[in-house]
Amino acid sequence: MLNTTELLAIPALPLIASLIVGLFGWALKEKLSHTITTGSVILSAVLSVHVFTQVLGGASFYGNFWTWMLSDTFVVPVGMMIDQLTAIMMITVTVVSACVHIYTIGYMHGDPGYSRFFSYISGFTFSMLVLVMGNNFFTLFFGWEAVGLVSYLLIGFWFNRESANFAALKAFIVNRVGDFGFLVGILAIWYYFGSFDYREVFAAVPAFVAQGDTLHLFSWEMSAITFICLSLFIGAMGKSGQVPLHVWLPDSMEGPTPISALIHAATMVTAGVFMVARCSPMFEYSETALAAVILVGAVTAWMCATIGLVQNDIKRVIAYSTCSQLGYMFVACGVSAYSVGIFHLMTHAYFKALLFLAAGSVIHAVMAEQDIRKMGQLRKYMPITYITMLIAALALSGVPPFAGFWSKDLIIESVGVRELGWIGDFAYFAVLSGVFMTAFYTFRMFFLTFHNSNRVPEKTRSHLHESPKVITIPLMILAVGAFASGAWGVLGLDIANPEIVNGYFGTSLFVLDVHNPLLAIAEEGHHAWYHFVFSAPFWLAIGGIGLAFAMYFRETDMPGKLATAAKPVYTFLLNKWYWDELYERILMRPAQCLGNILWQKGDLGMIDKGIIHGGVVGGVLAGMTRMRDAQTGYVYHYAFAMVIGVFGALTYLVLKG
Amino acid sequence: MLELGFFYLFAGLAVVSALGVVLSRNTIHAVMFLIFCFFNAAGLFFLLDAEFIGIILILIYVGAVMVLFMFVVMMLEVNFAKLREGMLQYLPLGGIIALVLFIEIIAAAGSGVFSPEGIPDPGHAAQQVNNTVEIGKMLYTKYLLGFEIAALILLVALVGAIVLTLRTRKDAKYQNISRQVNVRPEDRMYKVKM
Amino acid sequence: MVPLSYYLAVAACLFAVGVIGLFLNRKNVIVILMCIELILLAVNVNLAAFSHFLQDLGGQIFVFFVLTVAASEVAVGLAILVAYYRNRRSINVDDINTLQG
Repeated sequence: MLNTTELLAIPALPLIASLIVGLFGWALKEKLSHTITTGSVILSAVLSVHVFTQVLGGASFYGNFWTWMLSDTFVVPVGMMIDQLTAIMMITVTVVSACVHIYTIGYMHGDPGYSRFFSYISGFTFSMLVLVMGNNFFTLFFGWEAVGLVSYLLIGFWFNRESANFAALKAFIVNRVGDFGFLVGILAIWYYFGSFDYREVFAAVPAFVAQGDTLHLFSWEMSAITFICLSLFIGAMGKSGQVPLHVWLPDSMEGPTPISALIHAATMVTAGVFMVARCSPMFEYSETALAAVILVGAVTAWMCATIGLVQNDIKRVIAYSTCSQLGYMFVACGVSAYSVGIFHLMTHAYFKALLFLAAGSVIHAVMAEQDIRKMGQLRKYMPITYITMLIAALALSGVPPFAGFWSKDLIIESVGVRELGWIGDFAYFAVLSGVFMTAFYTFRMFFLTFHNSNRVPEKTRSHLHESPKVITIPLMILAVGAFASGAWGVLGLDIANPEIVNGYFGTSLFVLDVHNPLLAIAEEGHHAWYHFVFSAPFWLAIGGIGLAFAMYFRETDMPGKLATAAKPVYTFLLNKWYWDELYERILMRPAQCLGNILWQKGDLGMIDKGIIHGGVVGGVLAGMTRMRDAQTGYVYHYAFAMVIGVFGALTYLVLKG
Repeated sequence: MLELGFFYLFAGLAVVSALGVVLSRNTIHAVMFLIFCFFNAAGLFFLLDAEFIGIILILIYVGAVMVLFMFVVMMLEVNFAKLREGMLQYLPLGGIIALVLFIEIIAAAGSGVFSPEGIPDPGHAAQQVNNTVEIGKMLYTKYLLGFEIAALILLVALVGAIVLTLRTRKDAKYQNISRQVNVRPEDRMYKVKM
Repeated sequence: MVPLSYYLAVAACLFAVGVIGLFLNRKNVIVILMCIELILLAVNVNLAAFSHFLQDLGGQIFVFFVLTVAASEVAVGLAILVAYYRNRRSINVDDINTLQG
């Protein structure tokens, strides 16, 4: 058993720090604000690592601490479940969060909302930890909503920017759609299982599936377990930016860069993947839901990669890459390779956070310019940022031996061995072509930023410099993760063990043997270490990097020519497949029209003019003038009124019998 | 039999003196009637084994509250006879309401629920049972909160009555307590160089 | 032995007399206050009677509370009366109608 106090301290420390800095930030000096929050998160990270080592040794924890809500049989406890899945999420969240805290000290220095920012990110760390550590669906939902709230606050952090406010609202509203599905799923779980508790629900799933409950949804008959899983997955789609609910994620880049790294790349957006993996005992029993997960994941992985090819904003390129990589994780979960999905989640957290933070370092140096067409040749000025970003870019592209290679390769292989009809074929195509595109857009961005010709405006050129240590040190820490976490996962933790139970994850994930792609891979024979040389993903990645090198390493006219040659495609991609415009046409405009009609005709016309001015005001005035006469002002009249009231009440009671 | 006799005595006198309160011309007489009414009511309480309440009624009510009434009546220089003008104006309404209420209560009281068959007379408490002790036990345990609130209400009423009737005269000198408390030696005494 | 209904009848009498008094002496605030005392006394008799016949001391405790509140009411009421008299040289309630709407 793990130490309860230690477990409680992990989420409690950031919460307390967040409250202190949030409530008293106005009175604290910058230094004190960041010391409190950063210190508590680092401590929390240390404790998480300690818990992780204990979990490696076979420890686990399960228990309720107190009751949150109690209404007849409806019981919502607050408790924790610490197992291998939770532990790996905990170290990922706290380590990345600690790095981002340190980085923020340098990045946000001098901002008027300095302590507010620290309060938010510590609060975020708390919420995310609650999300992953909870032992029931309601705690999960609490964390889910809390991270959504902090995300909203942080996207709109610079609230005097109109675009930031719009982006924040967009994120919040799109997430509402997903969260509605999520809540429906959770309540359906309550309806069918009578419990929110993970253990109780998961234990009851096989019997429940055998019982074969079905329900009708818009004349479509589906099994109850499919309904639950699809509803939960809608929540995951919203939170993890999957098509068609992905539109908020690129816009969320309006927030400060540390947020993009922490929330919109490494942790919060991966909550959906975590949730699907956590609910693997349910998803495993619904082929339909798994197919939906694969389809949505594959479409997102492919589509967002294509958009990423042509974006010019450094953060947007990475944002679309995040969407795309999340798609990969979902595809992995869809083909029942949950362990691989979570593995990619972890490696992705390190290298994507690094990529964002390095991009932030660049943006910092070029005076808040985010357009990669106005950068170039920054390698000379910022060597540390250059090297760390190169590591992250190689990891993202899937070049061995960097972290991304290990996890992405496993995903692609898993998709390849499963035979799932056209969905499987499409997913295989999507993830394979995605590798090529990922390598291309990553290095396009990288070369345009650090190589090519120097297109930095004269004014800023003198300002170019390497970022201070407080920024570069977190980059270096994360670079270690981006370099080594993949090899560590496969070789050290044995994540890829086909017998999940024998590997790192033990019993925390559940996979039916007939689904398990890792078993199928193992049957094909054990691979030698140089196996990757013969695999398609490796050569696709190299090809993508090569193409980017040819087009962007030096200034050439190839990109321009290509853009003119394939103008329709280029415009289509540049406008992000016109998703925003589509939503504006089919959702926003009609809603606005309806709202206008209700406002003009309903509110102003009917209620204000018709009812209020048409009779209520006059009636009240006339009635009140008459009623005023009842107030004679004579005390005894009031006394009589009371006596007569008593008389009336008593008589009524007597007559009633 | 003796008890019934006393009951009729106290009850009759109480009702008669209550009528006296309502009908007497002189307000002083009304107050005296009310005092007498309270004495008889206390007698009824004794018959009901409620000795403590009966004594309280005499000591507090007659001793304090009614004296207060008396004070006020004597203090105010009012022509009470004038106040009786138009006395009968509201008699029909008041009379009907009071009569109906009376009939209703009597009807309820005599409805059988409260007859000796419905609620049998438990008889009088034994000699050694001490009503005051029993009330004290309950008041300081089960009804402690109510007791405290009652104390608070009395305090508020006390302060309220004082504030309402307090008069500050311009030519009188008053203490300023907070200034007196805050005074320091230097304010009162200082050395003078000669 | 005296049955419970007898006590209730006495209380009813006191109550009715108190109510009539309210209507008859509507101009004299002091008598109005005394009529309220009568009505409360009727209530107290009821409480004490029930307390005895149901063998529950709670009734007497409530008499105690009613007495407390009645005493407070009299104190404040008479204080208001005195203050009013000081200002207007009258306690005629017909003169008190500043609450008129």
